[in-house]
Amino acid sequence: MRISVQINGRTYAGDVEPRTLLSDFIRHQAGLTGTHVGCEHGVCGACTVQLDGEPIRACLMLAVQANGRALTTVEGLAGPGGELTALQRAFTEHHALQCGFCTSGFLMTADALMRRRQLDPAAPPLTEAEVRAELAGNLCRCTGYEGIVSAVLEALGTAS
Amino acid sequence: MKPAPFDYAPATSLHEALTLLTREDARPLAGGQSLVPMLNFRLARPALLVDLNPVEELARLEVAPDGSLRIGAMARQASLLHSVQVAAGWPLLADAVMHVGHAATRSRGTVGGSVAHADPKAELPVALAALDARFHVRSRERGSRTLRAAEFSSGPFTTALREDELLVEIEVPAPHAGARMAFAEHARTHGDFAVAGAAVVLAPGDHAAIALLGAAAVPVRVEAAERAARDGAAAPEVARLAAAGIDDAYRRALLTTLTERALRRVLAP
Repeated sequence: MRISVQINGRTYAGDVEPRTLLSDFIRHQAGLTGTHVGCEHGVCGACTVQLDGEPIRACLMLAVQANGRALTTVEGLAGPGGELTALQRAFTEHHALQCGFCTSGFLMTADALMRRRQLDPAAPPLTEAEVRAELAGNLCRCTGYEGIVSAVLEALGTAS
Repeated sequence: MKPAPFDYAPATSLHEALTLLTREDARPLAGGQSLVPMLNFRLARPALLVDLNPVEELARLEVAPDGSLRIGAMARQASLLHSVQVAAGWPLLADAVMHVGHAATRSRGTVGGSVAHADPKAELPVALAALDARFHVRSRERGSRTLRAAEFSSGPFTTALREDELLVEIEVPAPHAGARMAFAEHARTHGDFAVAGAAVVLAPGDHAAIALLGAAAVPVRVEAAERAARDGAAAPEVARLAAAGIDDAYRRALLTTLTERALRRVLAP
């Protein structure tokens, strides 16, 4: 089936089987390998991307279902000149990655969380426990959660 | 870890979906948060996937003129969190759905998909059982019928739905005046499937509903505990009665604690 998907503002077209997972379309056909594939059954969160701004698991959506839709992957976060977002800078400063396999998934989850929070500026700041709950759908097998949680707290403007 | 081949047919209307579902070995695809993992593992190998995502008439979430909440089968789990009407009338649903997966699964996962998948550890069917929800199902050949929670769930991952039948809408009756409700659960990690949980609804006058997760393979309403709650028994006694029929000591202790926790939140000033 012929599909066309907008990713990070650019249109990618390709032929896919109905069974082709969106994660595989992003990596193999669009060539955007920043999205990682870990468990392929929706548990690890490594393949998290954004569909119309909402975080989703790319391994749990068929590529055909994304036909005509707009996606953002980790490659779409930084500015046109490669300047990092506040969230990405916080990840660097807090050493929030070790092997880096889970990082893009964490960034896409936390980026969506930050935008959701910006819609409601009057909401009380998230506690560390709440941030941990928000990130519970992303696994870091290096177990480097301390740096990740610190980075997200700082990016949310609630670091102690 | 890749699905076996299947044919794919996006349905654009309920009528078209029901027609497609009469085909041999067809399965409906809702949010895909349970079915796609099963396809990836090749635990499910349907000949045809009927994609319900384009069917707009199934995505509604609204309050009907009779005051009941109508949840279209394709309403996303996240929509329960964002709905002002749900927060006002049926906060139990928002409370329960916070425990269902994560932001990245609630954005795609549907209420109807969770109910029809009938995972014995799922939160939403238990909350819906406590709210006396009715399940409207339809097939092209047999027409429509309406089932109560106890009739809809028949076992682990098993429902009363027939091959060509689709869950179309969930109807949650108007809340009793002054009703208060709470959901409490224990899971090993936030967002994991629950080990056990309790949904409690109390209203002044004469209404009490208590449904348990993890007491059996389907949601369980505990009538003796509900009766005691209506008669004004204290929370520890109601909680003891709720879990009294469970053989396993750990599970009994857990469900007693969770029921009491939910009751205390309902009764808190």
